[in-house]
Formats: sequence, C-alpha cells, structure tokens
Amino acid sequence: MANFETVEVSTDLLIVGGGFSACGVATEAAYWAKKNGLKVTLVDKAALDRSGAVAMGLSAINQYLGIRDGQNTCEDYVRYVRQDLMGVSREDLVYNIARHVDSSVHLFEKWGLKIWLDEDGKYVHEGRWQLMINGESYKNIVAEAAKNALKEAGGEVMERIFITDPIVENNKVVGAVGFSTREEKFYVFKAKAVVCTMGGAVHVFRPRSTGEGFGRSWYPPFNTGSSAYFTIKAGAEMTCQEVRFIPVRFKDAYGPVGAWFLLFKSRAISAGGGEYMSVRKDELNNWAPYGLAKPIPANLRNYLGMLDIEQGFGPLYMETDEAIQKIASSLKDDQKAFKKKMKELESEAWEDFLDMTISQAILWASQNVKPEEKHSEIAACEPYFIGSHSGASGAWISGPEDMETPYKWGYAQMTTVDGLFAAGDASGASSHKFSSGSHAEGRITGKAAIKYIIEKGTEPSIDSAKVEELKATVLAPMELYAAHSDETTDVTVNANYILPEQFMYRLQKIMDEYAGGVSSAFKTSKFLLDRAMELFVFLKEDSEKLGAGSLHDLMRCWENIHRMWQGEAHVRTMLFREETRWPGYYYRTDTPKMDEDNWKCFANCKFDPASSEWEMSKKEIWNIPGV
Amino acid sequence: MPSFVIKEKCDGCKGQDKTACMYICPNDLMVLDKDAMKATNRDPKMCWECMCCVKICPQQAMDVRGYADFVPMGASATPLRGSQDIMWTVKFRDGSIKRFKFPIRTTEEGTADPLGGYSTQDDINSEALATEPASLGLDAVPTV
Repeated sequence: MANFETVEVSTDLLIVGGGFSACGVATEAAYWAKKNGLKVTLVDKAALDRSGAVAMGLSAINQYLGIRDGQNTCEDYVRYVRQDLMGVSREDLVYNIARHVDSSVHLFEKWGLKIWLDEDGKYVHEGRWQLMINGESYKNIVAEAAKNALKEAGGEVMERIFITDPIVENNKVVGAVGFSTREEKFYVFKAKAVVCTMGGAVHVFRPRSTGEGFGRSWYPPFNTGSSAYFTIKAGAEMTCQEVRFIPVRFKDAYGPVGAWFLLFKSRAISAGGGEYMSVRKDELNNWAPYGLAKPIPANLRNYLGMLDIEQGFGPLYMETDEAIQKIASSLKDDQKAFKKKMKELESEAWEDFLDMTISQAILWASQNVKPEEKHSEIAACEPYFIGSHSGASGAWISGPEDMETPYKWGYAQMTTVDGLFAAGDASGASSHKFSSGSHAEGRITGKAAIKYIIEKGTEPSIDSAKVEELKATVLAPMELYAAHSDETTDVTVNANYILPEQFMYRLQKIMDEYAGGVSSAFKTSKFLLDRAMELFVFLKEDSEKLGAGSLHDLMRCWENIHRMWQGEAHVRTMLFREETRWPGYYYRTDTPKMDEDNWKCFANCKFDPASSEWEMSKKEIWNIPGV
Repeated sequence: MPSFVIKEKCDGCKGQDKTACMYICPNDLMVLDKDAMKATNRDPKMCWECMCCVKICPQQAMDVRGYADFVPMGASATPLRGSQDIMWTVKFRDGSIKRFKFPIRTTEEGTADPLGGYSTQDDINSEALATEPASLGLDAVPTV
C-alpha cells in the first residue's frame, strides 16, 4: 500500500503486549538490560496505564502465598493447582511462579497499591491464597513501575501499535510486524529476543448477550487471541488448547463472586434444587480422585450447577442476604456494633464491583438490588481462553533451569521457537497465576530473555522480500475495501469482501453451535467437531476476503483472524483428547467419562509454518517428587 | 449506549493532539469529530464499561448508560477520581442513592520505584530476580 510508510525499529528485547505479565517483563528486564547495555522496547496496542485485563482495576490479588510468614509453601500451591486442573499442570512452572509471586505483591505495596491490613498490620486474606485490595488503580501503579524502569534503562514504550505477526527465520524469532492504529504506518521490529504477552481470548465463542451488552464479557473484549496466534504462527508447540475457562459469575454483568464465596461464606443454590454442591455430591465420585479432594475443582462446581440448570431447576442464586445476616448476627445484641458491621459489609460488597466490574453495580442499582435483603442470580458465562486463571491454554515453554524435569530445552519461559518467550495468558499449563502470578512470571521471563540475549543473541537479519510480503498481507483488507467499496450503495454489503464484525459472528456461530458454546450447553462431540472443521476451511479461506475501511477496522480484521486461529487450535485439541476431563468447561457426549489410563497427559499441538500442517501429540505429566 | 459523550460538555480536548478518552480507551473506541470538536464512542456494543474514559475526562463530559439489552433504565454509577481516592455515587432505579469513597493508591503518582527500595543482586545465572531474596522477605529463593 503506497501511502503506508514502513518504520523499522531495532531493539534487543521486544515485549509485545502491555498487561500484567508484560509489565513484569519490562520491570525485571530493564534492570538486567541496563547492566549489559541492552535495549528493551515494549509495544502495546492501547495505553499502558489502562491496557490488558486489569484495565478497570481489581478488588483482590488472587495469588499470594505468605511464605515469609509461614502461611503456605510453594508445594502447597502446586497441589492446589494440580487438583483444580484435574491433574493436568506443569508443576515446574507453577512452582516457579509460586516462589516469586510474593515478591511481586510486596513490590506492588511499595509502589502504592493499598492492600488491606488487619489490626496487627498483616494482610487481610479473602481466602487462603487471596488478598483484599483497594485496586481501582492497580494497573496504573504496576504500569508506572514498568515505565519508570524502562525510562531508567533507556528503554521505550510504544503505544497504539497493533502487532499482527512474528518474523521467524529457521525456527528463530527475529522480530515482529504490525501497524499504527493512529496513522498510516507499517512497523517492522527487529529484535534478538521477543516476549509474547498479549493476553487470552474473548469473543471466540458467541457471548450470552448479543445486543448492546455484547462487550460485557467477563474477560475484556480487547483480549483477542493475539498471544495464541503469534506463537502458533511462529511454529511454537502449544499446550492445553482444549482447556477453556467458563467462570460462574453474577448473571449478565459478570460481577465477581470470589468475595461472596470466600470472604462472606455465601452459599449458591438453584431455585428448584437447593444447594447443588451438597445435593449432587455423589456425582463427584465419577471424577475421582479430583472430585473427592478439597477444594473441589472449579469446573466440577460449575458442572453440578449446570446439571441443575439442565433439569430445569434454575435460576441459580447466590444467597447474599443469608450470608450477610449470618456475619452480622453475632452482633445482634449490640445495635451500634451491628449497624457498623452492616455498613462495613455493604461498602465491601459494593467496592468489590466498583473496583473491577462497574456494570454489575449498575445492574444491581437498576434492579434495586440490596444484597443484604435479597439473593442475586448467578450463571455460567461463555467460554474464554485464559491460561492465567482456571483455564490453561498457552504456549509450551521450557521450565526453570534449576529443576530436573522432562521439560527443558533452553532458557526458562522460552517456547520451542528459539528466542521466543511467553508469559501470562501466553504460556500454558501453569494456571492460577492471576494478576500477581502473571507479573511474577513476567519478571522470571524478563531475566531469562536478557540472559538468552547475552549468551546467544545475534543481530537479526530479516529478508526484505519477506517483510514486503508481510506488509502486503497485513494491509490487504484495506486494499480490498478500497478496490470494491464504491460498487454498492451500502459499504457493509459487498460481494467482494466481508467486514470484520460479520466475520466474527461467523466464527462465533461455528464455535457456539459445534464446539460446545452457551447455546449447546457446553456439550460437543467428535461429529460436531468434525463438522466445525469443515466449516473452518471456508472461514479460513474467507479470512483473505476481509475488508477494512479504516485503521480501526484493520485492527478488528486482524483481531478476528487471531481469534479464528485460537478457535481452530481449540477444536483440534478437543477432537484429539478422547475423553471428558473438565465436564464443567466442556463435555464430549461421545466420550463422556474421564480416562486416567489414556488421557492423564498434556494434549499438545503444533502448526508447521512451512507445510501448514498441524501435528498433535501427548506429553507426559511430571509430578514434583514427594509432593 | 455503554459509555457516551454529553454533547454540551465535550470540547474535544481542544488544543491537544488527541482527546483524553481516545488516549485511554483500551478498546480504541473513542473518535473525535474534528469539525464539531466532539468525541464519540464508535462501537458501543464493544464497550466493556470499564469507565476509563469517564474517569479521565477533564470536562466530565462522559457517562455510562447500562447495556440496554439487559439493564433496566434509570440507574447510574458515577466516579470522581482524585489522586489518592475515588468517590462513587450509585443511583438506584427507585431514586435512592449510595455514596462510597475508596482509596486508590498510597503514594504520589509517578513515584513508583521499580526496585521498591529493596537491595538488589547481580547474578544473571541465579534463580533470584533483581530484588530477591530481599523482596521475598526470605534469606533465599525456595528450591525443590
């Protein structure tokens, strides 16, 4: 495209993404880069102050071990994650994050995050691993430290640049390409190492709300599968692409339930069936040993609620009124103390929403909900890809250097592509890292990537013909639109191109109806998945017919191509795993049982950029000895 | 329409190269009509209602109207974000009002020291990160 200037940026370490893991990478990498005279560049598609999953804020830190106070050990955390993911987790990665996460939290506090303290000056725990915070500005604070670190080290933050593709030569990453969403510029980044931290994926599946509330996803709509696409297209091996996450949250606005379950000890019931976790507890025997240990895995808790819904016992409710009255009842003889406690609880309950899901506060206010007076509806949301939470999808990465495992082929956090690292939602099988653990994992990655550059870094050489080819591909939607949009009286309906919004609906329809979305009650089968793969062939072909009339739409085109690849990896891996292991995430009706003998393993996939073939494989699960 | 701009109050952040809402929106939704000098949310159905735009607007020209496909009319949550805390006014459909004030940070904006004042170490080969083990509050990084 003639009027798009090509801007070349050379750096040593390139960080693509701007969320918590990216900020962790930047903060740590800057320290080591400065010592070694290296340059770090971070590229964000939005503004670092408010980009990524914590853009709105958070009301809790979900991973803190309290090792210094003897509250928990890293081994405790490994057991917790193993249990929640039905035995499937990279214990080396989980352990590695666990041993560094407390220091991220201590740093957050120094930077200015207000963590609740009790009368003895100790952190207030929401649950065993969770801390309560006043977190409206959580992201601003963490971004500020990252920016200050980069500034100090002569690094750079570049905002409003959307990264589309990696540049790889002989299975070694040498950079990335993208475009400005503000001016007609095509960017070519050359780097000795690249860290992929572009978050998980939302809107791969059709959401429950399809009108104006389409954007009210639980995870943000601007997490569009870019991490998965970037690593898959680079040729990196991927893991746990079948392990989506479906959170149960307050219905429609998706407000958090953690404080209600953990802090207020609230019960969940179905209107017709009662407390499903106790009524249906025998069902848990079918998912032994994970179903019979505590805490019961998130997907099994989902599943028991889903069974009530299936039987017509819904809606599901969070018994907020009962919980609040129970907490306050111990003070019922002291009217003054009772009133004070009720006011405190009310404030805590509302802050929980206002800090991280403002829509839920608006929804409650619009329905005149007073949680101390009346219960509130909860529901399973739509499926998300979020390796940092209770999902597990991401790249298959090398483990920590000081542990003897089957998972080491280089530097910690490096994918199977030389020089390409991943953290946060971009790295797989290390669930339950949340905001703090993603930051800690970013820090681990930042140090490892700088070490890689010091020891193995070479000047990237990039084939200019390849760059031109990439430029043409990336900008193709604008060319196509410009060539044909004048042919019809309505630019949205044209026989020669498809706009990104309609393309997204097509992807979502396939995923929802064939791959176990909301409208299929999260059920799928080989037959349905095979049909999804047939429809994917057309969809992929038509991705070359995407049209964009603006830079914003060009970004939307690429976001949806990224989503499509995440969707395909998901379908392929659900097809490969011939069992049902996480019934509350997805249920394969043709293989409805868990098969410990054959499928207690990682299901990995790999796309070969040269042949365009996918290869599926099983990888063994290694447990930390004695844990 | 999730976040929206109050026409009378918006001045397009005149005199600046971009508007505050355009700068901050994590989903690139805000656009400026330079002739009218008014900003608009170009795609309300992709709005997460994170209110980053509402909080940053220097003219208080932005607000959120709950998603029309599931939120009954008449309620609102209005933030006023200062340097240390945020005030919220929650208006219910029935007209009742609740007000809350929460801290947002304990330090001055811009002052975050990346190393947190912890002692640092220089061994690139060690499992310890820059500020560890000091920032862990331990003598050494745990190992298996």
